[in-house]
Amino acid sequence: MNEIWQGLLEAIKLIVSLDPEILEISGRSLWIALSSCLLASVICLPIGGLIHFQRFAGKRTLISLIQTFYSIPTVVIGLFVFVLLSRTGPLGGFNLLFTPTAMIIGQMLLVIPIVLGLTISALSGIDKVIPDTARSLGAGSFQTAVVVLKEARFAVTAAMIMAFSRAISEVGLALIVGGNIKGFTRVITTTISLETAKGDLELALALGIILMFIALVINLVLNQLQTR
Amino acid sequence: MITSSIGCTTTRLKVATTTSLYDTGLWSHLEPMFEEKYKVELDVIHAGTGIALEYGKRGDVDVITVHDEAAEEKFITDGYGVQRVPFAYNYFLIVGPPSDPADIKDLSSEEAFKKLMATSDGIFVSRGDNSGTHTKEKAIWKNAGFDYETVRKAGAWYIEGGKGMGPTLQMASEKKAYTLTDMGTFATYEGKLQLVPTIAKGSTLLNVYSAIAVNPTKVPGVNINIANNLISFLASPEIQKFIGNYGIQEYGIQLFIPSVGVKPTQ
Repeated sequence: MNEIWQGLLEAIKLIVSLDPEILEISGRSLWIALSSCLLASVICLPIGGLIHFQRFAGKRTLISLIQTFYSIPTVVIGLFVFVLLSRTGPLGGFNLLFTPTAMIIGQMLLVIPIVLGLTISALSGIDKVIPDTARSLGAGSFQTAVVVLKEARFAVTAAMIMAFSRAISEVGLALIVGGNIKGFTRVITTTISLETAKGDLELALALGIILMFIALVINLVLNQLQTR
Repeated sequence: MITSSIGCTTTRLKVATTTSLYDTGLWSHLEPMFEEKYKVELDVIHAGTGIALEYGKRGDVDVITVHDEAAEEKFITDGYGVQRVPFAYNYFLIVGPPSDPADIKDLSSEEAFKKLMATSDGIFVSRGDNSGTHTKEKAIWKNAGFDYETVRKAGAWYIEGGKGMGPTLQMASEKKAYTLTDMGTFATYEGKLQLVPTIAKGSTLLNVYSAIAVNPTKVPGVNINIANNLISFLASPEIQKFIGNYGIQEYGIQLFIPSVGVKPTQ
């Protein structure tokens, strides 16, 4: 139990002293997670809109499938991306394995189901009156979609927050695809894993607290944007 | 940060290293020295011997530093590696609780394993992960006359942890169990564990670390020139001396014995 208290003290010490290594791994965790979520959103908002507004056979099955992928273990996506990017793999020529870019690609694939599925849920929650009104006023398909998305922005932002949470907290993919290279691909979660393995439980707990602190700050910022 | 993250502007040499070289902190000292001398970025990826060899076969790393002679020889005869260059050695230890419940202190490792099998008085935590240490453990069982599959089913006293050396030592300490460890990792955990060296002698316990460059003719994309620089670096008199002195100040013992030009003996 003492470790938890010591971990808390260590966390406060590291934050206040602006320890350079902590700043480095925190910065990296943040920009990898944010990049992957941004890329996933750019891809999924239009596709989510498309899936929601179009009628087609197998729509329900597709949505079920998307939601199934919420449960994919991070280590499994990690293995998939590893095999893809490994030199002997189809994308091996790009020399991306063990780089932060690979981690961004992997985390993007990890959160795409979440952003997609929750965007579709968000759009489904909007009263039919809104798109009907828009169309009756002469809006085309694209304009209607934009109107509905704007109405749903609270829930859509919630989807992006969820995606960010999944991205910044995952370990399995970051370890396999990034390689936990000091000064290059090491992030908070992989450092927690390493420090635990090395037996430094206080530092591992401190890093966990720091990650939660970062998540708190990001959430406060996103909340502000959400309620605009 | 962005350009270096795309990974194609600066030259990066990737080396997959066994955990026992990494956890002792040796690489964190060698890395900046090598980077300074050759002006390249060195990426040290710490992995078990099993996955390190796999990374080598795939060309995901340029050099491997591991400690499993049989697997290394096969890696080379299969064409994946250029040459096996042993650069340091030390010894494995069988560590256990001070109370020594199975009464195996100072026996040979094979006799100790026979006793563990016969009496089940002691718990043994195995790496269970195809690491160099795990391979050594399997070799001892074989020398003692046991088929490894039989050992795995021998009873609840034989635990396959599936973890790295550090976590395995921690588990053994918690469970008051025996385990096989390299002396380097054990030294870095001194004070954090309730384990003592129970058996520290015997030629089977020799632990040799070798560096192998991945073969560019079989595996595409290897940075063979810089890989060879790393191997020369590890074998150089200056670095051999550094390796020999490593750990004496911090841990009070010599963690690695430089082995270039030396035939390791017990």
